[in-house]
Parts: sequence; C-alpha cells; structure tokens
Amino acid sequence: MQRMQATHRIQRADFLAVRHGLQSLFAQEPLCNLCDDTRANAEIILAEALNNIVEHAYASQAGAIEISVDLGADGLDCTICDHGMAMPGHVLPPGPAAQITSLADLPEGGFGWFLIRALARDLRYSRARGENFLRFRVPMHKKVA
Amino acid sequence: MQLVSQKISGVVVVQVLQDRIDAACAIQFKDQMREVAQSAGPKLVLDLQHVAFIDSSGLGAIVAVMKALGPSQKLELAGLTTTVQKVFRLTRMDSVFTIYDSLPQHLAKAG
Repeated sequence: MQRMQATHRIQRADFLAVRHGLQSLFAQEPLCNLCDDTRANAEIILAEALNNIVEHAYASQAGAIEISVDLGADGLDCTICDHGMAMPGHVLPPGPAAQITSLADLPEGGFGWFLIRALARDLRYSRARGENFLRFRVPMHKKVA
Repeated sequence: MQLVSQKISGVVVVQVLQDRIDAACAIQFKDQMREVAQSAGPKLVLDLQHVAFIDSSGLGAIVAVMKALGPSQKLELAGLTTTVQKVFRLTRMDSVFTIYDSLPQHLAKAG
C-alpha cells in the first residue's frame, strides 16, 4: 500500500482554530478516505490532543500547532508539534477512567487523556529545542475505502 | 450554538442543529441548555442525530447540564451518531443516561 501524508498548520491555536483545523484535515486526503471507525478514533484522539495544547501548553500565550499524518498499511501515524509549555515532568498525564459512583459526583471533565490512551497506540511524548512532540498511531482494522 | 427546543406531549425535546459539540462551544451549549431546563418540565430529551462529533468538553457539558437539573427533572439522549456513541461508551457515560437509538415516535415532531 502506498503511503499518504498530509500536514496542517494551525497558526494561532484556540478552540475554534482547532475545530477548523480538524475539519480541514478530515476533508482532505488521506483522512477523508478512512473507514468510519478509524476516522472516529483519529478525530477523537486528535481533538483531545489539540485541545490539551490550547488549554495547557498555550495557556498563557497562543501559538502554532503543526499536525502531520502519515497513512500506511498499519494505520495512521500522527505527529503533533507545538512550542508551548512542556508537559509537567516531561511525561504524559496518566488519564485514568472516570469513576462513576453517584450522579452528583459525576466528572464533568478529565476524559481527554483517558480517551487518547484508550484509542491511540505507541503514544510517545518528547521535548526538544523548546518544542513538544506528541506521536501516536491510530490502528487500522479495515482497508481504506 | 443552534439549539431548537419544543414541548411535545409534555416533554421538552431539544434538537442540536450544529454538527459538533466541542471545546469551542461547550460553555455556550451548557448555558443555553441550563436556560431551557429552567423552564422545562420533568423530562428533557436531547436529540443528537445531527451531531457528528463530540469531544470531552462537549461530553462534560452534557454531564454538567444533567447535574444542574432540578431534583424532579430527567435528561435523556436520542440519536447518537457513531462517534458520539463511541465517546459515551468509552467513558462509560452511556451507563448514566437513558439513550434512545432515535427520537421516540411520539416526540419525533420536532424540527
């Protein structure tokens, strides 16, 4: 299978720019050709990762995010790069499953890293030259349409 | 945020006409839904058939709306699309809400 790549740059990342970036990425090749299940997984992971960057890495000052996707036979390899603040301790947050005890105590957030960890494979974070790199693979169960 | 609410057979049906509930609109969604809930009766159904995508902020907003309801009020969900269903299932929030595959027939007049 031929590899297919695409990159997208969000110039000034806020939540709305993330939405538009995702819409643009998923409207073009190779993401527009993914089967429904892989597409859903890819969009959930990318959305959570990008929103985290807006919320944390760029908490004090918005900046650019570059997203690279590379579709191969094993799945979709993704790299997200920003030059915001580093992950605390240079490690990824654990993202435990939400505890459902009583309705009044239901969590209203904190699902992001749980979803990323549940769906992504080979999740890696690194910090180099003032930039954050998040790399992961979205496994593919079916062939591309 | 495009929400349309109608009272049908005593139930307030809220249709989300936007195709995503994400971090960019979660607060707005929560505020508008709370306003609808204040004047609603005991039962609200949120029709999500047009929502193709939800992120964790959107999910958190729906949970927040449910938690802010009056003690005699109930929020149910209908018409979850593939990705929305997946987010609810993975986070186990599908065990917290009553979810209909599609809007029940007697409430389907909305829109």
